Amino acid sequence: MIIQSIKMAFKSIAGNKMRSFLTVLGVVIGVMAIVMLVAVAQGANSSVASSIEGLGTNLLTVSVRSTRYNPLSMEKLDELQQDASIAYVAPMLTTSGTAKAGVTTYTEGSIQGTTPEYAQIRNLTVATGRFLSQPDMDNRSKVVVLGSEAAQELFGTTRAVGETFTISGYTFTVVGVLESEGDSSTGSGDTQIILPFTLAERIFSQKGITSFYVSAASADEVTAAQTATTDYLDVLFDGDSDRYNVFNQTSMLETLNEATATLTMMLGGIAAISLLVGGIGIMNIMLVSVSERTREIGIRKAIGAARSNILSQFLIEALAVSLLGGLLGLVLAWGGLLILGPVLDMTLTISPQIALLAIGFSVFIGVVFGIYPANKASKLRPIEALRYEG
Amino acid sequence: MIQMHDIVKKYVMGEEEIYALDHVSFQVKPGEFVAITGPSGSGKSTLMNIIGCLDIADEGEYRLNGQKVDSYTERDLARIRNRHIGFIFQGFNLLPKLDALENVELPMIYQNVPHAQRRQRAEEALERVGLKGRMRHKPQEMSGGQQQRCAIARALAVKPSLILADEPTGNLDQKTGQEILALFDELNAQGNTIVLITHDEHVAARARRQIRIEDGRIMEPSGGSV
Ligand SMILES: Nc1ncnc2c1ncn2[C@@H]1O[C@H](COP(=O)(O)OP(=O)(O)OP(=O)(O)O)[C@@H](O)[C@H]1O
Ligand SMILES: [Mg+2]
Repeated sequence: MIIQSIKMAFKSIAGNKMRSFLTVLGVVIGVMAIVMLVAVAQGANSSVASSIEGLGTNLLTVSVRSTRYNPLSMEKLDELQQDASIAYVAPMLTTSGTAKAGVTTYTEGSIQGTTPEYAQIRNLTVATGRFLSQPDMDNRSKVVVLGSEAAQELFGTTRAVGETFTISGYTFTVVGVLESEGDSSTGSGDTQIILPFTLAERIFSQKGITSFYVSAASADEVTAAQTATTDYLDVLFDGDSDRYNVFNQTSMLETLNEATATLTMMLGGIAAISLLVGGIGIMNIMLVSVSERTREIGIRKAIGAARSNILSQFLIEALAVSLLGGLLGLVLAWGGLLILGPVLDMTLTISPQIALLAIGFSVFIGVVFGIYPANKASKLRPIEALRYEG
Repeated sequence: MIQMHDIVKKYVMGEEEIYALDHVSFQVKPGEFVAITGPSGSGKSTLMNIIGCLDIADEGEYRLNGQKVDSYTERDLARIRNRHIGFIFQGFNLLPKLDALENVELPMIYQNVPHAQRRQRAEEALERVGLKGRMRHKPQEMSGGQQQRCAIARALAVKPSLILADEPTGNLDQKTGQEILALFDELNAQGNTIVLITHDEHVAARARRQIRIEDGRIMEPSGGSV
């Protein structure tokens, strides 16, 4: 009997292509929307989180609001570095500009003025050549260390040591090329153009340090390092704590998580609405087809179908249609994410819980609204069902 | 086989009550061939629906095979409609999405007749009503008479002991009508009970007994016993 019901259900699905298609579509839209939107929200979260984590675990980032008088200098940083909880301190001057090597121009580079300590702080590994050195600082040498992508773009090879190129009319010699970080989500790692801080200050005419990195001596000493840094800056800026900001990763991640929780809620809300709209679509189609189907049920009963025959046929029909829609929605969402991932430069994955929830909801709606009118009609006397006019 | 006593069926239309059946009593014995005649709107189809367990009387007692119909469970009634009654509707009532063959097979599906046997019996039945060439046609791809013959094939394929036919020759030409009636004669000769509604005197004359109905009342139960 079950096999017969299954056959009949599929016959009915095939026999009413438009109705089946619209029902499947309702489920597909709902499932696709919720699965994709939640994946994008989660993808955004994890891509920012991984770039923060990629900065290194013991890291503090300090930014200073620049005013006319900025007392922060290299000497002060050296002084700060003496603290026991602090391993290294490195200033950072970030700008962008066009690098030219012969006819090749490269605009994507992130130009960073810093000190040799930066290599330790960020765990940078030099693939060929060397990193910046103290004499480079003292002499303001026009030397750079390139990220692998920057080298590739400028010279067509990562073996670029000894090559020269220009930025803003100054000619630089490449002394080292970094190993590729190979992490596309953080982006900037391989596009760095690193030059001595002392030189950058002069070329880009910035006076004073507006941003620097501190690495704690160990992961346990991050809090101590943060306190030491804050205390030091407090003295330096005469207690004007508005003028500087010390971030550590944990608090950054917390802020991020708060922001993305809001984002996820918002996208989830939109997705829930699309699921609901899909559900209403299914409901609509099921209810609209009631009059036609009530007559069908009347005929079936008149020639001897029992209520159980009719209910199992309709149940299987509703299950099949909504499950098909759910799976199709999932496959389409998966395909969509495969395309969207590279476009948004994010790792987008389907959350199994969300997929289950979305499919479960659609199947629930499909079955309830597929069975409900069928159940009502199957209780009628055959003659009443046959005369049903809607 | 059929025993009806004081059966009443009324429809309430606003203020007015229409007695479609007004205290109808009669019997049909196993193996009989009975024709029900009467003017349009006299209550013939209403009576037939009650006989076929598609509808329930408001008053009176209806015994089918000796047992009161209201004592049967819903499941029993489905079974009776499925196996023992072959109902030919005035309006055919074929499923529009199924072709002729599938329509004829449908009652046998609910009987769990194996596929091959079902198909064979359906093909046979369609052949007997002259629809050999229309097996794969959907109802709307057939003429009225062809649809009627398809409905007849559906009722006969299950080999029911009681055949209820509401105007089975209404849409058929003289010759096809005669062929269908010959089929009924043959089934009757095999011992099946037949109740047939008709306007046509010639058709009615073929039955052993006629029951005439007017305004919901039985007029002259001619022949047989009441
Ligand atoms: N659902 C209904 N609601 C109200 N009145 C009805 C209903 N069905 C039938 N009737 C009335 O009951 C009476 C008997 O109808 P029925 O269909 O039994 O007639 P009939 O003898 O089969 O007529 P015909 O020969 O035209 O088929 C008619 O007067 C009809 O108007
Ligand atoms: Mg009638």
